[in-house]
Amino acid sequence: MTWLLITCLLLPIATAALTFMIPGDRRVKGLLSIAGMALLLLFSLTLLYAVAKHGVLSDQMGSWQAPMGITLIADLFSAILIAVTALVGLAVAVYSFIDIDESRANGGFHTFLHMLIGGVVGAFITGDLFNLYVWFEVMLISSFALLVLGGNRIQLDGAVKYVAINLISTVVLLASIGLVYGMTGTLNMADLHQRIPLVEDQGLVSVVAVLFLIAFGIKAAVFPLYFWLPASYHTLPISVSAVFAGLMTKVGVYALIRTFTLIFPDALAEIDRIILTIAIATMIAGVFGALTQGDIRRILSFHVIASIGFMLLGLGLNSTLAMSAAIFYMVQGILLKALLFMMAGIVGNLGGSFSLSQLGGLYRDRPGFSLLFLLAILTLAGIPPLSGFWAKVMIIEAGLELSAFAVIALVLLISLITFIPLIRIWSEVFWKSAPQSLHEEQQQQARPAQTPTAALMPVIGLSLVLLWIGLQPAALIEGADRSARNLLAPQSYVEAVLGPALETDQ
Amino acid sequence: MELLMSALIGVLMAASVWLMLSRNLVKFLFGLVLVSNVANLIIFTVGGLTVGAPPLIVDDGNPVYANSLPQALVLTAIVIGFGLVSFTLILALRAYQSLGTVNVDEMVLAEQSHVVAAATTPSDAPSTQPAISVNAAAHNEGDTAGPSKGGSV
Repeated sequence: MTWLLITCLLLPIATAALTFMIPGDRRVKGLLSIAGMALLLLFSLTLLYAVAKHGVLSDQMGSWQAPMGITLIADLFSAILIAVTALVGLAVAVYSFIDIDESRANGGFHTFLHMLIGGVVGAFITGDLFNLYVWFEVMLISSFALLVLGGNRIQLDGAVKYVAINLISTVVLLASIGLVYGMTGTLNMADLHQRIPLVEDQGLVSVVAVLFLIAFGIKAAVFPLYFWLPASYHTLPISVSAVFAGLMTKVGVYALIRTFTLIFPDALAEIDRIILTIAIATMIAGVFGALTQGDIRRILSFHVIASIGFMLLGLGLNSTLAMSAAIFYMVQGILLKALLFMMAGIVGNLGGSFSLSQLGGLYRDRPGFSLLFLLAILTLAGIPPLSGFWAKVMIIEAGLELSAFAVIALVLLISLITFIPLIRIWSEVFWKSAPQSLHEEQQQQARPAQTPTAALMPVIGLSLVLLWIGLQPAALIEGADRSARNLLAPQSYVEAVLGPALETDQ
Repeated sequence: MELLMSALIGVLMAASVWLMLSRNLVKFLFGLVLVSNVANLIIFTVGGLTVGAPPLIVDDGNPVYANSLPQALVLTAIVIGFGLVSFTLILALRAYQSLGTVNVDEMVLAEQSHVVAAATTPSDAPSTQPAISVNAAAHNEGDTAGPSKGGSV
């Protein structure tokens, strides 16, 4: 079954090359893109099934033995995230028929989208620290290209900030990887799990762990390193912001969870209070930022930040229950954020604007879509029995187990505040009657007769998946729980890479 | 040798931080070039410095050889860094051409909440006309973090 690992990695890259080479208009490229994503979803679900059934899958590239060669490895955590990535990729590929015009398609939108997905899958699947850096770069370069594709002024302005901060994070990551290599002489993550405790100067290990926290923290947009996110996400075409909001920051969270549980468990025990504080600060910054905004996409951008805080709580509380809550939250957060941005795109299409003050009356015109949107924001707010509720129940359960009552109180308070800007979107965009004075001519020409099927299909599809997670949470909770156990006791991971009875000293 | 390299890394790092704190995008870029080299030097130094020996095990009885892995890592990082820096240079050029400024404090177009979404409409063709800067200045009115506090370092 190990061929699945390399297949999931090569498929998006091959599709990227194909969409680049194939002649034809955006329709041809778009269909090819959808086919590639659908195939990736199929393979990733097979991978998920195989990992759930047989345990951790790992493979050595070029048959070089474990600490030397590059390891590809999928445990349950990675496999779940790869499947979710493929699902979001498929939804975005379908949605891209709406807002990717001929010039953006010819400029390589689908190529870069697939390279981005390839980079994300690579980051999830690699078992080598330097290789992780390389996949981050693949992801980053593709995201840069997507960021400036089309190149209108507001987009360039957002791109400058995004590029600048992400390049700094890249350099920090590279330097800290160099330091890890200097301390241990290996870059294989399973090998590092065994070697890091043997390092003499454990103080230095903590310093390097904090460097990783900074590097991945910038990628994940945690407090106080998040300012680039609301400055850039809303400038992009919706297809691009949906994939960014869904996936990019979560790769940072994944990398944080992976490195801290596998490589720096001791350092994590030392700085988990700091991470907890950062997580709560991130949540607060996100929800209060969202309160001040008047543009749907910017409100959602700040909600992306707030949700990162919820995920980091898992790492900060540092218990099995908290970790499984974080994993559950990640899965539903990825799907939900991509869904919400796509819905915002439809709102923009219908109303001709993203600004709350210039929108209105959508409920009268589109009751079906409005209810779908309501469902999504109720999910984000965590109303039972939707999936956001289960994520929060798990976090609160984890807090109760550790008697972290202050954390619970803050989580509940922040959940409540999360609701305010969402309800504002609902009442301003859907309930308020449409503003007549403003932009009459704009409204007449902007409001299309009906929403295109290509936009509705991914939105309905993702809504159904989220609804299913909400109504049948047992499967995902069990998966998250098993992943969390494997993360905190990574013997099976290490054995899958290095073999069962390897001596730690050589 | 390690001491010398560490000092070099420190000096380069200080210079790059100084440059990156500038509001001038071009200076920031030079800082970025320096700092990526700092990372390369860190990898190279902590990987172990071996003076005057190739990264090859030669069969002539000389047991001294350099560690080849840091060299491979640095090579990869240089290639990636080169790509990123060229991209960023072009981005800075385009940003200058279409926003009319290299001062990041004046790049506030995307930060204003009242900007009506132009991003989903097909791209307004970027232009190199000087009129753009007038336009950008008009946008700055009423923005509390205006360019008046700016100026380059």
